[in-house]
Amino acid sequence: METIVFFMDNLDVILERTLQHIAIVGVAISLAILTGVPIGIAITLNRKAANIVLYVAAIIVTIPSIALFGLMIPILSLIGHGVGYLPAVIAVLLYSQLPIIRNTYTAISNVDPALREAARGLGMTPMQRLMKVEIPLAIPVVMAGVRIAVVMNIGITAIAAYIGAGGLGVFISRGISQTDPRQLITGAVMVSLLAIAADYALMWAQRRLTPASSSSTSASPSNA
Amino acid sequence: MIKLEKLSKVFETPGGGSVIAADQVSMEVNEGEICVLLGPSGCGKTTTLKMINALIPKTSGKITVAGRDVDTLNPVELRRSIGYVIQQIGLFPNMTIEDNICVVPDLLGWDRKKSRSRAGDLLEMVNLDPAIFLKRFPKELSGGQQQRVGVIRALAADPPVLLMDEPFGAIDPINRAVIQDEFLKMQSEIRKTIAFVSHDIDEAIKMADKVAIFKDGKLVQYASPDDLLARPVNDFVTSFVGSDRTLKRLSLLRVGEVMHGDQLRVTAQDEVGKARHLMQEAGHKNIVMVGPQGRARGFLHLNDILEARGTVAEHHNALPSTVHVKDDLRTAVSKMFRHDVSWLACVDDDGFFKGSITQRAISHALGATYRDSAEAAE
Repeated sequence: METIVFFMDNLDVILERTLQHIAIVGVAISLAILTGVPIGIAITLNRKAANIVLYVAAIIVTIPSIALFGLMIPILSLIGHGVGYLPAVIAVLLYSQLPIIRNTYTAISNVDPALREAARGLGMTPMQRLMKVEIPLAIPVVMAGVRIAVVMNIGITAIAAYIGAGGLGVFISRGISQTDPRQLITGAVMVSLLAIAADYALMWAQRRLTPASSSSTSASPSNA
Repeated sequence: MIKLEKLSKVFETPGGGSVIAADQVSMEVNEGEICVLLGPSGCGKTTTLKMINALIPKTSGKITVAGRDVDTLNPVELRRSIGYVIQQIGLFPNMTIEDNICVVPDLLGWDRKKSRSRAGDLLEMVNLDPAIFLKRFPKELSGGQQQRVGVIRALAADPPVLLMDEPFGAIDPINRAVIQDEFLKMQSEIRKTIAFVSHDIDEAIKMADKVAIFKDGKLVQYASPDDLLARPVNDFVTSFVGSDRTLKRLSLLRVGEVMHGDQLRVTAQDEVGKARHLMQEAGHKNIVMVGPQGRARGFLHLNDILEARGTVAEHHNALPSTVHVKDDLRTAVSKMFRHDVSWLACVDDDGFFKGSITQRAISHALGATYRDSAEAAE
């Protein structure tokens, strides 16, 4: 009951911190797509490179987020951004690489060899093959990777409150330090709701991006 | 149209060895002909086919397609100018049937309207309704329908040459026969020059103008289907075409080519005596009774009417079966065996009596080639 009252009284703050949260995850994931998808495609050309890149990306995910934030403080302090928005975005960007690179890599390398042969035999250049066949077919699996990254990082971003990045994590960190269950619950519930909402929104986007009749063919590898 | 000269392919194996997949293959496919490359798996037929459109780079030798040395062409341009059909069909699941058909025209930068209307025409050629199928996605089609689309996709930019890699291999036998027939009918109009890989001797005999038999990368025999069955060059070809090779030739010959085209016949109103007289004169044991227009209605057997009187109508028997002049001998023989008869009346589309075919005439026709070759050998 108290929590609901707190919630209603602080709607403006909740909205502000939710938007901060979205700003961190949204910007970071967009950048992660711009880097991860090309990397995922590029490593399909070389198995050795693929193994190394996926290994490194996997190691990054095993670094606890709080440690990663700690590591970045001295480095980013050099440019005056040791704490705050920038390290939060970089952390999310790094954590997103594994699901996005791996799903892109898996999707592109699993394109039916017969389709690749047909595309070659009909006279497509490697670039045309990529743009007209391989990427369109990979989109559902790539999007599955993006969804995993988004949901995972909405949670991680909550911790970024400790390095002053703002967002819904502020409710949680204050809730803990002030032993205030109202703030704690508000923060936790909002983080969960945001994750669920983002997942559904991306699922919808994924359907829109997939040609009507090829949607169910993509089995998405997931690590969630 | 397609000319291969001493074409070879050597694959390096990871262990440092090498495998000769195609060994000095020389052959020529004439314009408008279907050449079936036939052989057991690993014989080099597919490798040879894929070297033609540079999907597999050749090790040595020369390939000429439509008068142009393929070495002088960019592989991508070359492939766009050659139709290509594969066993796995390879329709792009992210594109509609229309877009799939128009892949090559789009790559060539054809006018969109022109290529789209051609897609509809092509669908009609393979008996698929454009109104239904143009906007569908590949997985909404059956395997047979997909392969029809696969074939017309290869024809979309109207290439003079078509390469087909076991195109009907993944289709069930009933549909395969239907698609083969459709394809032959289409080919009789479009007259493409086609190299067609198959491992099925029956398919080769049915489809081919020429058959190229491969073994261990070498071209063993290059001949017409009839020649191949009648005169296999060595034991390998003999065993590959099968011990029933003479029977296989039955499907190469038409009833019309073998039947007695005699017009010996009686009508229902004729006297039995006339029939008896006609048969005795011609030395036949049977005579066909025709209707007023000339349709085959029944027959008389000489022994049944030796003493008989009256009209043909009173004594005739029903024909157990008839065979169409355009049917192959296989059908004729099958009907003879089923009805336990040694001859059949041959009719045309409208049922008009055209002649009769006997078991003796069939065995004579099949034996003719062997007698010719025996004489040639002497």
